[in-house]
Amino acid sequence: MSRFIDLTLNGVTSGMIYASVALALVLIWRATRIVNFAQGAMLMITTFIASSVIAASGSYILGFAAALAAGLVLGAALERLLVRPVEGGPPINAVIVTLGLLIFLQAVAGMIWGNTPRSFPAALSIQGFRIGGRHVLFSPFDLFTVGSVLVMSLALGLLFTRTGMGLRMRAAAFEPEVARLLGVRVGRMLTWGWALAAVAGSLAGLLVAPVVFVGPNTFDAELVFGFTAAVLGGLDSAIGAVVGGLILGVALSYVSGYESPALVTLAALVILVVVLMVRPSGLFTHAKARRV
Amino acid sequence: MLPRGEDVARGALRVSGLSVHFGGLVALSEVSLDISAGEVLGVIGPNGAGKTTLFNVICGFVAPREGDVLWRGHSLRRTPTHRRASLGIARTLQGVGLFPALSVLENVMAGADHRRRSGLLSGLLGLPRADRDESELRAIASTMLERLDLAEVAQRLPDSLPYALQKRVALARALVCEPQLLMLDEPAAGLDSGDIARLRELISELKGSMAVMLVEHRIDVVTELCDRVAVLDFGRLIASGPPEAIKSDPKVLEAYLGAEQPYA
Repeated sequence: MSRFIDLTLNGVTSGMIYASVALALVLIWRATRIVNFAQGAMLMITTFIASSVIAASGSYILGFAAALAAGLVLGAALERLLVRPVEGGPPINAVIVTLGLLIFLQAVAGMIWGNTPRSFPAALSIQGFRIGGRHVLFSPFDLFTVGSVLVMSLALGLLFTRTGMGLRMRAAAFEPEVARLLGVRVGRMLTWGWALAAVAGSLAGLLVAPVVFVGPNTFDAELVFGFTAAVLGGLDSAIGAVVGGLILGVALSYVSGYESPALVTLAALVILVVVLMVRPSGLFTHAKARRV
Repeated sequence: MLPRGEDVARGALRVSGLSVHFGGLVALSEVSLDISAGEVLGVIGPNGAGKTTLFNVICGFVAPREGDVLWRGHSLRRTPTHRRASLGIARTLQGVGLFPALSVLENVMAGADHRRRSGLLSGLLGLPRADRDESELRAIASTMLERLDLAEVAQRLPDSLPYALQKRVALARALVCEPQLLMLDEPAAGLDSGDIARLRELISELKGSMAVMLVEHRIDVVTELCDRVAVLDFGRLIASGPPEAIKSDPKVLEAYLGAEQPYA
């Protein structure tokens, strides 16, 4: 039983990180109908920036804030400079741009920071809490991970449901021409969508880096798991992204714990294929809502 | 809540020498017309005459090759679509064009969003100012929904409504923008006689309070509601005047049915 609890707690922590990546993908999909294959590379860059800031200043908080700020700027800049020209064109154009960006960012990171993965500090202790005379597989840093993703999700939820900007972003995402008629600056909303998505991705990078280290290719798996979580929840649903991340995290934790860690990636692929076959619109998206 | 008459008095649109080409196709050719505040102008013509293109130019979707659109004497050539909305130009589309993932109420609130004064941070933190804004917008949208007998479907998603109600929601959203020029693109299309009667009533109510441009294939609706009618054919303005005069204009008769009478 204790093993089951440990694996569940571990799965919840991993799931929240997948949820954060999934949220980043969903926000961009909702805003521009583009699957951002460069998301993993973008969060890699911002985590490298955090690593450099922490090394230079000795302050984790400063590095954390720098990564989120860098994500905001990077997301906005990439949308404005690279994605905007292909928006509204054939979908394959955007796919090629994001794949090209992925390769470009990984190459740039290797040139600046080197290709050898480097360690990254955790915000808090990674030793599990002591409950009932034993250490469970859930540490203060895991609590920080779950809490920070929940806070970000809540903030995004409030943004979309309680603010004018959220209403405008939703309007611009679904009917850009109509939104323009109502006075919405659609281009600006799309830029905000990319910027916020990059912040969500940056958070995921900061949270997973102590485990996977920081290198040009160390976050590749996070993109795969994040994408699977996004598809599982429904690419149009932010709530679906969080729930999809949690389900995937827990499922993969069980696979890793009860079977073998070597099967984790394969299991994610199986889940992705099954979801696409059985419920391609995901758990939280109505099929009609994607007919845009 | 409909726009106030004193705000409308300043509004007037002039289209001057407008030409639009799509590749080799001439969609509009030297079209000039104007509409005064409070007037209802019908724009009719056979399919492909350029009616919707004219609307697209006025709202900023399409840039003209030649000519200009003047709003209250100022050129709109460099004014993007979203700015034209804030100048008081609103439009409905031939299709419904509602936001599918937003409730009916949210769809209409989106039309009134320009009135929101609180910033992003206030909304995120739930400050009183943001709450007041939210309540005010909700009230404005709800009032408009009640006015158009849509209050009962306020929380529904647009896709779950009959087509006629969807069109009414689109109209409510345009009206809540407080337009001084309202462009209606085939508002009666797909409606039954009861809905059309209701539409007639509504447009009659709007008369005098704002300028209305009406693209419509239902000639009976056009002749009943419009002060003047402009007729387009192959992108050219072939006639303009009171409905009764247009009905007997030889060019119009020829454009519609050869030399036969179109208004049987």
